[in-house]
Amino acid sequence: MEQDSEPSNDNPKPSKSEKPPAAKGQAFIDEERCKGCSYCVVFCPTEVLAMGGRLNRKGYHLPEVVNPEKCNGCDMCGLFCPDFAIFGVRNKKKKDGGE
Amino acid sequence: MSDAPTNSTPTNPVEKLLRMERIPHIWCPGCGVGTSVNCFARALDKTDIDYDNLHVVSGIGCTGRVAGYVNVDSFHTTHGRAIPFATGLAIARPEAKVVVYSGDGDLFAIGGNHLIHAARRNIDMTVICVNNFTYGMTGGQVTPTTPYSAKATTTPYGNFEDTFNLPNLVESCGAVYVARWTVYHVRKLIKSMTKALNTKGFSFIEVIAQCPTLYQRRNKLGDGVMALQYYKERSTVQNGAPTVDVGLDYQSDIIVGEFVDKPRPTFMDKYNTRMTEILGNKFVPYEGVK
Ligand SMILES: Cc1ncc(C[n+]2csc(CCOP(=O)(O)OP(=O)(O)O)c2C)c(N)n1
Ligand code: SF4
Ligand code: SF4
Repeated sequence: MEQDSEPSNDNPKPSKSEKPPAAKGQAFIDEERCKGCSYCVVFCPTEVLAMGGRLNRKGYHLPEVVNPEKCNGCDMCGLFCPDFAIFGVRNKKKKDGGE
Repeated sequence: MSDAPTNSTPTNPVEKLLRMERIPHIWCPGCGVGTSVNCFARALDKTDIDYDNLHVVSGIGCTGRVAGYVNVDSFHTTHGRAIPFATGLAIARPEAKVVVYSGDGDLFAIGGNHLIHAARRNIDMTVICVNNFTYGMTGGQVTPTTPYSAKATTTPYGNFEDTFNLPNLVESCGAVYVARWTVYHVRKLIKSMTKALNTKGFSFIEVIAQCPTLYQRRNKLGDGVMALQYYKERSTVQNGAPTVDVGLDYQSDIIVGEFVDKPRPTFMDKYNTRMTEILGNKFVPYEGVK
């Protein structure tokens, strides 16, 4: 099948001049605990993560944060992880000093 | 969900409940037991249980290793004997919360008789049974929960035996709280575990979980992601469903939910009531070994 020559514009990257909106959350990965099951990648509702090309010391494929701005800190990745190797947290709102 | 403390890397909320020096654990990549423990640690965090008064007891098996990873008073018993050990503990220390965390083979094959009597007597304990439809630890033999036609090392032509319907079995024996979830239902599982932990009497949760290494592979069912997709697509939540209707077939629809929630007096309540009836104020109600 003919491929569109235009790159997909589904996930537009924020341009340098505009400041990207602050992410609502953040995911933390402990790479040496990971066994590469990919559950966090598959069950993240906002496609923050992807399996990358890197391996950890034991040779397991690691997930990577590819769309940090989309993370809402829901912790779905953390709940599914069988190895306690990832979790998500909500960022504290900075502006009006409270939730 | 915890909030990120400013200017420092937060720690995983489950770490305080696990023996982190023993992690990475022995479970295979993608093993559902790990996800269930993750949910268990978060459920414990949501209760007011005093961790000094909490005991986790396991038998033998992949799931049986849970006792070795939780950072509370725990005991790894012999195969099938988690329930008798926990029964003694629950009776000697009625103020404690006793949790039995083990596999379907450990609890329903070799340990089946103990389990039915603990439910009948309404011993005050929470039983979490990880059902992966096989004996994981010993290489994938058939169990009383292996569905009809599923392959195991001991059933190379497919299993021909009938299976136990675990929620129905424990309800018939008298359990006061009975639920089933899969490890896809992480949030509902946490909520249900919290409820079971706060329930007085014999509470039981069946956690359907994938064994990618043995059950999935031998039956050519793909990897752990495919197991979770199957749980997602074929499960329906039916709280209060009659347990007689929730039996499982090979790769069939899965009914999940809270099926039973009906309190009744515990073993200890009944003992004290009966003895008081007979002996009156000559009887000093039993309150544990002091
Ligand atoms: C008395 C005795 N019989 C048999 C065994 C071998 N054995 C160890 S674990 C196990 C079955 C484990 O299956 P299950 O309880 O379903 O747990 P899983 O490994 O699947 O989590 C068996 C038969 C044993 N350790 N002790
Ligand atoms: S916290 Fe939620 S949104 Fe963020 S990476 Fe994890 S699953 Fe995705
Ligand atoms: S053999 Fe199966 S149950 Fe045991 S750790 Fe591996 S995946 Fe889990």
